[in-house]
Amino acid sequence: MKRPASMIGLTVNGVRYELAVEPRRLLVDCLRDDLGLTGTHIGCEHGVCGTCTVLVDGETVRSCLMLAVQADGASVTTVEGLASDGALHPLQQAFREAQGLQCGFCTPGMLLLAWELLRDNPSPGEAEIREAISANLCRCTGYQGIVEAVQLAAERHAVPAVAAR
Amino acid sequence: MKPPPFEYAAPGKTDEALALLAQHGDRAKVLAGGQSLLSLLNFRLVQPEVLVDVNRVGELAYVRPSNGGLAIGALTRQHALERSEAVRARLPIVAEACRLIGHLPIRHRGTLGGSLAHADPASELPAVMVALEAEMTASRVGQRRTLPADQFFTGIFSTALAADELLTEIRVPGLPPRTGSAFVEIARRAGDFALVGVVALVTLDDDGRVTRARLALCGAGPTPIRAREAERLITGERPEGRVLDEAVEKMVAATDPPGDIHASAAFRKKLARHVGRQAIELAVRRAGGAS
Repeated sequence: MKRPASMIGLTVNGVRYELAVEPRRLLVDCLRDDLGLTGTHIGCEHGVCGTCTVLVDGETVRSCLMLAVQADGASVTTVEGLASDGALHPLQQAFREAQGLQCGFCTPGMLLLAWELLRDNPSPGEAEIREAISANLCRCTGYQGIVEAVQLAAERHAVPAVAAR
Repeated sequence: MKPPPFEYAAPGKTDEALALLAQHGDRAKVLAGGQSLLSLLNFRLVQPEVLVDVNRVGELAYVRPSNGGLAIGALTRQHALERSEAVRARLPIVAEACRLIGHLPIRHRGTLGGSLAHADPASELPAVMVALEAEMTASRVGQRRTLPADQFFTGIFSTALAADELLTEIRVPGLPPRTGSAFVEIARRAGDFALVGVVALVTLDDDGRVTRARLALCGAGPTPIRAREAERLITGERPEGRVLDEAVEKMVAATDPPGDIHASAAFRKKLARHVGRQAIELAVRRAGGAS
């Protein structure tokens, strides 16, 4: 019972894409399978683990709880959008130095949560960092390394702050 | 898993959405923020033939002053409510409750109307709207009706909305001066659904006596539970000592919580006793009373 595909246009990491998707296509599957951007991981597929977190129009969302057709006209940032010219983003560098990852599965989502947190709150306290990353599950680190990585990134002003929206 | 196939429509106007619901009736499902529905679709627990996505109906996202209270468009995102100056000034309890919903990425998408129409008995906003005595506007083609929050929720995941109706607006009356409000809940982890939550609105007179109290619980029965006997008990009294003890017991007696893998019904009642007391005491303090 295949339904007719809809044409959508979206910008991902600054690149404009136009493609046909079935209405039931999840945004995360569109990113991974249609656009080949496999940096966004998919875990639970029901909005619990948060590993598929991306930015849609500058806000974190879970891409397993959004249809690709809903991103028509939107601007999406995935983990691939952080590094530039082969160099790690300073936030990624901080995760590397502070061992903010072990297996790496939750890392793409954690990076985008941290990016949004530091954009909106450049000097978060530990409790604020823990609240922000509580959106996503990590089964390796016990979160301590992630908290320290975000603190390190904050000290280095790794994410430019924006005026309060 | 992945969602089953469906036809998809994304109207840009309320009228178009209503026409689609009139056309498709119970074969259609309304997609608001999708933070519950997408998960149900991924599990294939729901298999609508048509999905009516209202996310592009921008005219349904607003917060407007109305008779001392607020009129809130059903599509208003939970995060927008959390940040709204008007909400914080007039109905801080709504912002306080929103902060307890899931996590920030959830609240970026999740809407007020979606949360109410989904009617999960464990969720915060239905209990808040019952306590606030909000009025729900249900629209269908060429017609609108308004019903009080406590008649809107009819059972677990069930509301009075007909298949061709869309929840379009929520009107919340303002609170009298010297009203304190509080939402206290207990969840297994930050952002999880509460095992039990209590919303308390308490208005005091100059002697610190309660002139009006409204108490409602989530996670304590098939719908939000209004603890009216407990409200009556503290009205006219100073909410402390024996009076408070008895009111808390009345509140617990009004609950009919489910038992599941996360907590037994008896444990939920125990929790209701604790968070109920905390919520009342906090509301009283915020109203400027002793407690």
